[in-house]
Amino acid sequence: MPTIDPLSLDAHVVACGFLGEAAVFALGDGRVVIRVDGADRTVPAHDGGLLAAIFTANGEALLSCGDDGRIARTIADGTSETLFEKKGKWLDQLALGPQGAIACAAGRTAWVRLAGGEIVEFGHEKSVGGLSFLPKGSRLAVATTDKVVLHWVTAKGAPVDMPWKGAHTGVTVSPDGKFLVTTMQEPAMHGWRIDDMKHMRMSGYPTKVKSVSWSAKGRFLASSGANAAILWPFFTKDGPMGKNPLQLGPRDRIVTRVACHPSEDVVALGYDDGMVMAVRFGDAAEVLLRRPGEAPLTALAWDGAGVRVGFGTESGEAGVIDIRG
Amino acid sequence: MADSSSPIPVTVLTGYLGAGKTTLLNRILTEDHGKKYAVIVNEFGEIGIDNDLVVDTDEEIFEMNNGCICCTVRGDLIRILEGLMKRKGRFDAVLIETTGLADPAPVAQTFFMDDDVRAKTRLDAIVTVVDAKNLLARIDDSPEAEDQVAFADVILVNKVDLVSADDLAAVRAEIAAINPYARVIETERCAVDLGDVLDRGAFDLGRILAVEPEFLTSGHHHHDETVKSISLTAGDMQPEVFFDWINRATQEQGPKIRRMKGIIAFAGDPDRYVVQGVHMIVEGDHQREWKPEEKRESRLVFIGRDLDFEALRAGFDACRA
Repeated sequence: MPTIDPLSLDAHVVACGFLGEAAVFALGDGRVVIRVDGADRTVPAHDGGLLAAIFTANGEALLSCGDDGRIARTIADGTSETLFEKKGKWLDQLALGPQGAIACAAGRTAWVRLAGGEIVEFGHEKSVGGLSFLPKGSRLAVATTDKVVLHWVTAKGAPVDMPWKGAHTGVTVSPDGKFLVTTMQEPAMHGWRIDDMKHMRMSGYPTKVKSVSWSAKGRFLASSGANAAILWPFFTKDGPMGKNPLQLGPRDRIVTRVACHPSEDVVALGYDDGMVMAVRFGDAAEVLLRRPGEAPLTALAWDGAGVRVGFGTESGEAGVIDIRG
Repeated sequence: MADSSSPIPVTVLTGYLGAGKTTLLNRILTEDHGKKYAVIVNEFGEIGIDNDLVVDTDEEIFEMNNGCICCTVRGDLIRILEGLMKRKGRFDAVLIETTGLADPAPVAQTFFMDDDVRAKTRLDAIVTVVDAKNLLARIDDSPEAEDQVAFADVILVNKVDLVSADDLAAVRAEIAAINPYARVIETERCAVDLGDVLDRGAFDLGRILAVEPEFLTSGHHHHDETVKSISLTAGDMQPEVFFDWINRATQEQGPKIRRMKGIIAFAGDPDRYVVQGVHMIVEGDHQREWKPEEKRESRLVFIGRDLDFEALRAGFDACRA
């Protein structure tokens, strides 16, 4: 039986994850809570609201941004430093490149902080809804209204527009760099095959898609927004075109978060009643990880070894599930 | 502080340049009225307040991908409200200031069209600040000024000390001709009891019932306004026929409709049914039981530009039970 180490954080959990053994929770009120061996350390990472947070691929640091206009880098011992600052701007988007580059955005402007500390600014006609680096890290995809723009992070080459009408609220790129997918203001996702800019429409969701996660080796893209996790197949050259998605963990509730296991064909799902489940792709076998709670699940993440799941909710209920029991 | 599960009230502040919006905003931000506001502004420079809950934004309007041309929303607001909801508990209410020339429709529609915004917030009132000296001229030269009056739940007539009694009477008559259902407050330098402006309770339904339709026909205003209102009344209505008609009517006349609000008594239904809308968007819900001493009466108000009043009246009358 999985065990749960619960926390009560009294704030919207924006993101959670792991820095080595430590479970880390980034909270909407600006705090970062680090839990090691049942003891909590609280870091006041932002003076104001924390709007987005992301973990570095090597599991060394949490990067967060907020309405104090700062990107903070916090490590497991609670040390926090400022990497970037734009006073008076609400930084609400954050992405990490493979070579230490960081992208953030406020309103219509996106910035890239290259690994060396150099800052490059990218203006847009409309607000930036999402950011994602392409796998090699030389290009940044910016989701905005009516299009995605592919910038060269050094701004040395001309950007490429990828038009599709509507407000794009998030963007993700497949690990092999072949596909780009946006979430939209409408309850749908839109995809492009980057080579030939072929379009893919992924629709049928009852609500907006707010959480997506690539499965191991990028075989499936799992998404929230429906009464089950919707997993679109991306393992052939045509991606999900003409194929039906997997629908895992069907319930009469809406899935609000998805997190694919780092190596196995398993996805963790969080629902709008706070329940957490893990489901295997092949036979749709389900394991209950957490019973329904008070509030919708807003954060969900596996550790690097794929044995612990961190979760958090809108009202601040949070915890660490150990599936080893 | 607000309970974390209850929707946060949102007040929208409109008014053309120079009417006194900023004066009112500064008062709300500085005075001790016992509430903490998160304020969304678009002319940051004008507010001299250092407050971490003031956010500036560029008004960004886009059409929803649903084939309806008047279903426009404020994309920037959806994002900012989403960010604010992550720190719920830090503030009691939200105040949104629009630019002087803004059409109030996209702001209002954001609260109907976006599911997340709808779930977490509640449009408390649209407050329009006008100045007594310039209102008539503005209505003549800008449709936006007329629309701002048409959309309002509360109209603050500012600078009344700068006009004669006759001019003020003309301003009152003009407002009544466009939107007799708004609560009108006359002030100097926005010196208003903030309680009259804030936390009004979405649509001031009491006023729909209190204002008599005859009030509309009083013709002592000199303007030839294109935005007018109609109030329709009846007893019990047939629900199926009514829903079918209201959906059709708002589709047909949607671009002309500014606001629609009403209370409906459905035959055999013990509850009051409340409807409201902007352009083609209609929303309705059971509100509460009719009280024993209350007269079961349906009343529906449309405010709009060049509305076909005859068609609306005929359609409404055909829904009577």
